[in-house]
Amino acid sequence: MDIPYTNTARPDTGLYNAKIGIWLFLASEVMLFGGLFSAYIFLRLDALPGHWPHGLLNVPVGTMNTAILIASSVTVVLAWAALKMRQFTRYKVFMGITILCGVIFLVVKLAYEWPDKFHHFGAYIREDRLEKYEQYLGNHHLLEKGLEPRVEITGHLHNHEALHDPNIHEYEVQLDQVYADPTNPSSDRPHFWPLAKSDKIAHIAKEDVVHAEMFVPRHNTFFATYFTITGLHGLHVLGGVIVFTYFWLPIGANLYKRNPEHLANRVEVAGLFWHFVDLVWIFVFPLFYLL
Amino acid sequence: MNETHSPAAPEAEVVPHDDHDHDVSKHVNKYLLVGAVLLVFTLLTVFLSYVNFGSHKANMAIGMLVATFKAGLVAAIFMHLSSERKLIYRVLIFTFFFVFALFWLTYLHWYDPVIR
Repeated sequence: MDIPYTNTARPDTGLYNAKIGIWLFLASEVMLFGGLFSAYIFLRLDALPGHWPHGLLNVPVGTMNTAILIASSVTVVLAWAALKMRQFTRYKVFMGITILCGVIFLVVKLAYEWPDKFHHFGAYIREDRLEKYEQYLGNHHLLEKGLEPRVEITGHLHNHEALHDPNIHEYEVQLDQVYADPTNPSSDRPHFWPLAKSDKIAHIAKEDVVHAEMFVPRHNTFFATYFTITGLHGLHVLGGVIVFTYFWLPIGANLYKRNPEHLANRVEVAGLFWHFVDLVWIFVFPLFYLL
Repeated sequence: MNETHSPAAPEAEVVPHDDHDHDVSKHVNKYLLVGAVLLVFTLLTVFLSYVNFGSHKANMAIGMLVATFKAGLVAAIFMHLSSERKLIYRVLIFTFFFVFALFWLTYLHWYDPVIR
């Protein structure tokens, strides 16, 4: 049995089936990400002073990934336009670039950005012990300037066993630049290029710490929301890459020979999904990396 | 209504052209231009986030303004929403309504007497 309007527009709506389908799906996706973003706003507005970290993500890498995603949005629409003009080789090239961009985005995220966080350590200092660590925190300086206080010390953890061994009573941390020179005015605001670690070592007693761990989702609200939203976004990128690869393989060529308009419609619909994924990232990037 | 189309009409016989097909080639330059604008505005977002606009709230507002403009470009041009069929707009009106209601609930929590 033939299903009507898989290929041509229904006269009264002017749309083929999949076009309505994808827009209904995207409408539900708006609500999915809308829920997460409103949770983000909720949590961020109520964060206590100093409890929403800034400058912990790698901005140059994030900018590059944003550019890659935008480029892939252009190439996918060019791939669709090529099919509409019945230029199959051109379609293969642009779709190939789109897939490559998606893969690069995921590799950067999963092989560099996330693991980099999992190797970074932070310790939240108890409120009544903040003074003891003033040489690293520089809160008198921040208070004078009317800036939010620092409540956490971050860096590279030298004694990993301290995380699990109750007989070890302190963390040995090679400090991030900010904590090695906390009163330097250049540390008041985050930098574009990530700073190298200092060679200064701090010993932080466990009894002075509220909680300390690597930068995993449970470390703080910032990382919980960051990993949730970028994780879900990454799954969407993966989904898009899988669908595009399916259309790029011989299966796409066969469909093109049988019915080029059908392949064009499928690519258009998958492309709509891909643009939506790009659109979400346009908000994720400034909210987590920059502001 | 004079419905003459039968659901089982063999589609291969119909010439598959809706009205903005023939000028797809004209749009290619537009897509490239929009891509370039999006890249420039990405760099602008990064640059503006390091400019001190007086308060963090001001930086936030400016950053979100640029992001909304970029998202609007993607939706209008890449997703063809600038010239889409009525039915799609009808679906999206509901989406806008509900997503607005969702964000409004977030705003309402400032008036929660239990935590304030």
